[in-house]
Amino acid sequence: MIEISGVSLTLGGSGILNDVNLTVPKGGVTALVGPNGAGKSSLLSLIARLQPLQSGRITVDGLAVDTTPSRELAKVMAILRQDPGVASRLRVAELVGFGRFPHHRGRLTAQDREIVAASLEQFDLGDLSLRFIDTLSGGQRQRALVAMTFCQGTDYILLDEPLNNLDMFHARNLMRTLRRIGDEHGKTVLIVLHDINHAAAHADRIVAMKDGAVVASGDTEAIIRPDVLESIFGFPMLVERVAGRLAVLHHT
Amino acid sequence: MTAATIGRPGFAFQAIAIATLAALFVGSLFVGVTNLSIRSLVSDPEALRLVMVSRLPRTLAALLAGSALAIAGLVMQTLARNRFVEPATAGTAQSAALGILVVTLVWPNAALGWKAAGAAATALAGTSLFLMLAHRLPPTQPFLVALFGLVYGGVIGAVATFLAWRLDLLQYVEVWMTGEFSGILRGRYELLWVAGALVALALWTADRLTILSMGRDASIGLGLNYAGVLRFGLVIVSAVTALIVVVVGTIPFVGLVVPNIVSRFAGENLRHTLPWVAGGGAALVLACDMIGRLIRFPYEVPVGTVLGVVGAVLFLILLLGRNRND
Ligand SMILES: Nc1ncnc2c1ncn2[C@@H]1O[C@H](COP(=O)(O)OP(=O)(O)O)[C@@H](O)[C@H]1O
Ligand SMILES: [Mg+2]
Repeated sequence: MIEISGVSLTLGGSGILNDVNLTVPKGGVTALVGPNGAGKSSLLSLIARLQPLQSGRITVDGLAVDTTPSRELAKVMAILRQDPGVASRLRVAELVGFGRFPHHRGRLTAQDREIVAASLEQFDLGDLSLRFIDTLSGGQRQRALVAMTFCQGTDYILLDEPLNNLDMFHARNLMRTLRRIGDEHGKTVLIVLHDINHAAAHADRIVAMKDGAVVASGDTEAIIRPDVLESIFGFPMLVERVAGRLAVLHHT
Repeated sequence: MTAATIGRPGFAFQAIAIATLAALFVGSLFVGVTNLSIRSLVSDPEALRLVMVSRLPRTLAALLAGSALAIAGLVMQTLARNRFVEPATAGTAQSAALGILVVTLVWPNAALGWKAAGAAATALAGTSLFLMLAHRLPPTQPFLVALFGLVYGGVIGAVATFLAWRLDLLQYVEVWMTGEFSGILRGRYELLWVAGALVALALWTADRLTILSMGRDASIGLGLNYAGVLRFGLVIVSAVTALIVVVVGTIPFVGLVVPNIVSRFAGENLRHTLPWVAGGGAALVLACDMIGRLIRFPYEVPVGTVLGVVGAVLFLILLLGRNRND
């Protein structure tokens, strides 16, 4: 469970987050949606202790993120930032392998290697595993970074717009993988998504943010409704059921 | 999994590299004003003494300084997250020279070790300030950081030169600014073993340095003590540079060219590349010192001057050939 209570954030004199209270239950996929500048990335980086907590309290699996040693948290929660900007000239397999660092803090064990190999396979990186990441396309590099995040093998996975740069095939593949690890392994995935249809199709719960506050949160069915979506994004859109699935027509 | 081993220099390549370094080592023992042969080493006690007192220390000094310079360059590039900075030009060496100047002023007869300690302290301050300022520059413009480093190093160097001129110590500063091995004798280079030990320490922390090079967020996400490793790297860069400036003087380009060449071919997983960087630095400095001894025989050209030319040419080749391999 991720518990956020009374969290506010001010940067450079302007309020970014304003008294955010939120509970993300353990297990399953929770999508975080909202317009640009809503504060989604800021909230994620506070949960992942990438920024100091200014006020309020955040716990992940009962561990307070501001007082628990960082190396302990690294075994519980993994984060992929929106713009990680990893510029090192590493091979894909090496990069993904560093995801295991929190566990061995030295040399990769045989078990680590197995997990790395499985991760490479999972994200369709087998053929690219020996390529330097600075020679990859944006989407390929994004997949390598996602694979590294998965390799960390944590119970909590935070992903900030991981579908950036991914083609339809790999975007779908990633969402289905998230769905599966949420179902099979009881892991908790908190993912920032821009495409509301991915959220509608794969998330158990949706949290909507706007202007630095949580404006709606609940089961997917309760959020994917024309009136709720309009209040979040500020324009009307159609919600239909196609072959039993929710589809949002937001581009017409 | 084989992915970890493929794509890395094979055994044959390693053997060639070690043989080259060994050949340079032996060659360096025999190159110099006094002609030596293997036979004379056995028959002539004077010849043996020359080797033990002068040639061997000089060769070891070049090896140690070369590997330490290259590693310090690599660590500095990791800290600055920029491939085009090195301690010799971005203010570390200049700050070290300033430090020795201050120690020389207040304590003219200080032992070499104390001068090195003073130099390390100012190098640490100078490099910390450089990194603080460099981290504020936009990471999207790598050449801006490199350019800023040159200006920064130039300013500190100018301050040191001006101070020395006012205090009539200019000839000392010139010694620290131009690297030279001709004065190296037994008893005059042993501080460089400390630099060698620091290189070993860097090898030991290779994984942490690699993670550091991925940036702050990735480091914290993986549970690395980001600030701690950053400080550790700063100490390595500053101490290594200070020791080299005190013992042999400033040697440019090694810390820039060697890590860049290795990264081009082998990447930046430091666990695998650090030995190549250290060996490459040692070979480059040893070779350039031998060129310096031979090119105007029987006179010597300082290794710092030789590397100024050789290093600049290598760097230009690297820059111009940059996009072809990628
Ligand atoms: N370092 C910063 N200093 C000042 N303002 C910032 C900083 N980082 C983000 N912001 C502002 O905070 C707001 C929320 O940003 P962010 O959390 O990235 O939003 P989202 O991810 O929802 O698009 C934006 O208005 C952004 O301009
Ligand atoms: Mg964002």
